[in-house]
Amino acid sequence: MEIPVQRHAQCSRRSLHFEIDCQPQRLVQVCSALSRAGFGFAGLIVEEWQRQWWLRYAFHSLSGSGGKILRRTLAEPPEPADFAPLCSSADWIDVLIRQPLTRTSYPSISSEVLAADWHEREAEDLFELTFEGHPRLGDFVLHDVAWQEGLAPMRKDFNAHTPPSERRPNPAWRPQRIVHEPGSFLMPIGPIYGGVSESVHFTLETVGEDVIRALPRLFYKYRAVEKIAEGRAAPDLLLLAERFNGIAAFAHGLACAQAIETVAGVEPPARALTLRVMLAELERLRHHTGTIHDICESTALTVAASQAAILEEELLRLSGSLTGHRYLFGLLMPGGLSRDFEQHSLADAVRAVQDIARRLTQLERHLVTTSSFLDRLEEVGIVTPALARTYGLVGPVARASGLACDLRRAQPYAAYDAYTFDIPQEQDGDGYARLRVLFAEARQASRILGQAVNMLPDGPVCVACPDIPPGAALGWSEAPVGATFHWIHADEQGRVSRYHIMSPSFANWHGFHLAAEKFAFQDFPIILATFGLSAAETDR
Amino acid sequence: MTQWVLEGLRAGIRTTRYPFAPETAAGVSPGLPAAGELARPDLERLIARCPTAALASADGRLVVDARRCVHCFRCVRGSDTPAPWQGGYEWATGEGTLGKTFTRSLHIRVVDAGDCGACLHEVKQLAGPYYSLHRLGFFISPTPRQADVLLVVGPGTDQMREALTKAYKAMPTPRTVIAVGTCALSGGVFGSNFACGGGISSILPVDVEVPGNPPPPLAILHALLLATGRAAPAAKERQTAGERMP
Ligand code: SF4
Repeated sequence: MEIPVQRHAQCSRRSLHFEIDCQPQRLVQVCSALSRAGFGFAGLIVEEWQRQWWLRYAFHSLSGSGGKILRRTLAEPPEPADFAPLCSSADWIDVLIRQPLTRTSYPSISSEVLAADWHEREAEDLFELTFEGHPRLGDFVLHDVAWQEGLAPMRKDFNAHTPPSERRPNPAWRPQRIVHEPGSFLMPIGPIYGGVSESVHFTLETVGEDVIRALPRLFYKYRAVEKIAEGRAAPDLLLLAERFNGIAAFAHGLACAQAIETVAGVEPPARALTLRVMLAELERLRHHTGTIHDICESTALTVAASQAAILEEELLRLSGSLTGHRYLFGLLMPGGLSRDFEQHSLADAVRAVQDIARRLTQLERHLVTTSSFLDRLEEVGIVTPALARTYGLVGPVARASGLACDLRRAQPYAAYDAYTFDIPQEQDGDGYARLRVLFAEARQASRILGQAVNMLPDGPVCVACPDIPPGAALGWSEAPVGATFHWIHADEQGRVSRYHIMSPSFANWHGFHLAAEKFAFQDFPIILATFGLSAAETDR
Repeated sequence: MTQWVLEGLRAGIRTTRYPFAPETAAGVSPGLPAAGELARPDLERLIARCPTAALASADGRLVVDARRCVHCFRCVRGSDTPAPWQGGYEWATGEGTLGKTFTRSLHIRVVDAGDCGACLHEVKQLAGPYYSLHRLGFFISPTPRQADVLLVVGPGTDQMREALTKAYKAMPTPRTVIAVGTCALSGGVFGSNFACGGGISSILPVDVEVPGNPPPPLAILHALLLATGRAAPAAKERQTAGERMP
């Protein structure tokens, strides 16, 4: 029997956000100290703001308390001896570099904070900034076979609707070879491959049966979401946040809505906060069921895959009949939700969810006694805890490799601090561990829904969110794939001047090659399925 | 292994009766706004609320361009006079150019040209027990070389243009292109910009279009039936007034 913790005193708790002004020459030292102190790297946010480059390296503590955000600014980084007290009190630390636009070269931090590797590559490609010491820049978001170097589409003087008429792609571009053993060759897969799959390209380097390494090449689906967000008003930004990665629409919409609300200084009503938790957990359950389906299918266990597909479609129908949309589009609004629900339909939905969770557990019980299935997953695609930490992996993949990081606990948002739930964790880091984490999280989602429906506060589901004042904020949520962060900077007119999405798939694709090293070719679809990553979420 | 046989039997048959009988289960479709009569000020207010210009007025009536609707529900929620809303899923338009030869065996290559994942996910559901597209003679093909239909989702990103064109050229004739989802028809929320083409028709000739953000599996099934001449297209303007939406 669970005893629900009542959520009082929302505002008595404080979440401390530090902003440290830093000179480029101290950047590496400061970032590596934060990383060593156990802070997670959320991302690098580059902005062209008031004729200056603003480079913001966002770090978050893995044990915050949530609550009202308090900001503090430090004019310069503390001395190394004073880092410990800072780190023990802060929930968030932004290391901020401000330099004139003429300075386009900055030290690379990725040799110290490996998670920053792809963030720097992205900034180099989209802003034409250089990161000294980075081993591999160029051809990342914008492919060299499609665009010339130096396009810099995220700079303010680039107009997304009138791109340069001249295109100078480099048709001679070839993927980089890393393996140089005699007889080795490179096998390209994608971007169109498999039955129904997202567009991603892989280069598999192999010496025959065994693949030595596999590297993903992404951004075939680059839609310039962050560029076209600029100049929009807040509600229209949400349209994009929900629709750039539709299978985790609610989680991303939530992170975006929370960022808008922080800038606007608006607190959604208690009923909306609880409903947001319920909808986010419904989405997580559906998403995990889908990933479980993909894993069963990748091992060619047809009956199990069909069982999972049945549950997935039932969850989609449940979402559709409860909210009007199978993928929960159109529900979030700055200031709350766009609609309320009847208590009895929520109660019915939660009962249906609990029944589905029970059948999912039954499916798990059958799977773990099917040795042919386990053979395909055990010791396949191992990511060790040490590497998972170094690469800053997130979500179920990280939790299957022994990292207990979950923003619902580490930096509580919405009403998450009011519920009792576990954060499942495994140590083995293989495909099977990832599958177990997914099943366990699905059960926790149903558990949270069961608590929430019984303590749903009355009242409105939305407060008016006035036009947003100038300002900037980060919003975050634990999406099904892992931690997601949305940065919004609004200008004097309340229009978006910079929108940046740091997505969990982006973080985990960066570490994907760790699991795809020295494996038998037929294991590739399985490794891919157990990661459960999305290209839409990465490419934006 | 016997447990899986038993499991399969226990689950029973779940498959929809569509197209032989309409599907009436709840939650199979989000529906679409429908045309209707409205007082002039209400009409103007609704049209102004739509972020993608899917609503317009013609002779004082509300008309809907489903190809642009992104299911934001702004025309039904938070508005005193909501737009009429209509369930259903037979939304595909266009011409079925593939003849009788294909009614029992149609091979489909699905290509993701930048979708958000939702359209692709709905296509995936088609292969599951609830929709079981194989029973109708539709098969997902691993290669365009053996495909009769190119089913494209997403707005058509610049960096997928080459792969998409290559896949199309690799197909034997006669071939049909089905564009699935609002983004593939009009660009959806992404519109058209340097990275993304505002719809598949800027890259390939499109034969059949399915609106919806995303279109539910039954709407995609309707498109496949339409492509093989086994179903009629949706009426150009869905005239009937719909029910109210919460
Ligand atoms: S649901 Fe949204 S996009 Fe569709 S017609 Fe209504 S306002 Fe326009």
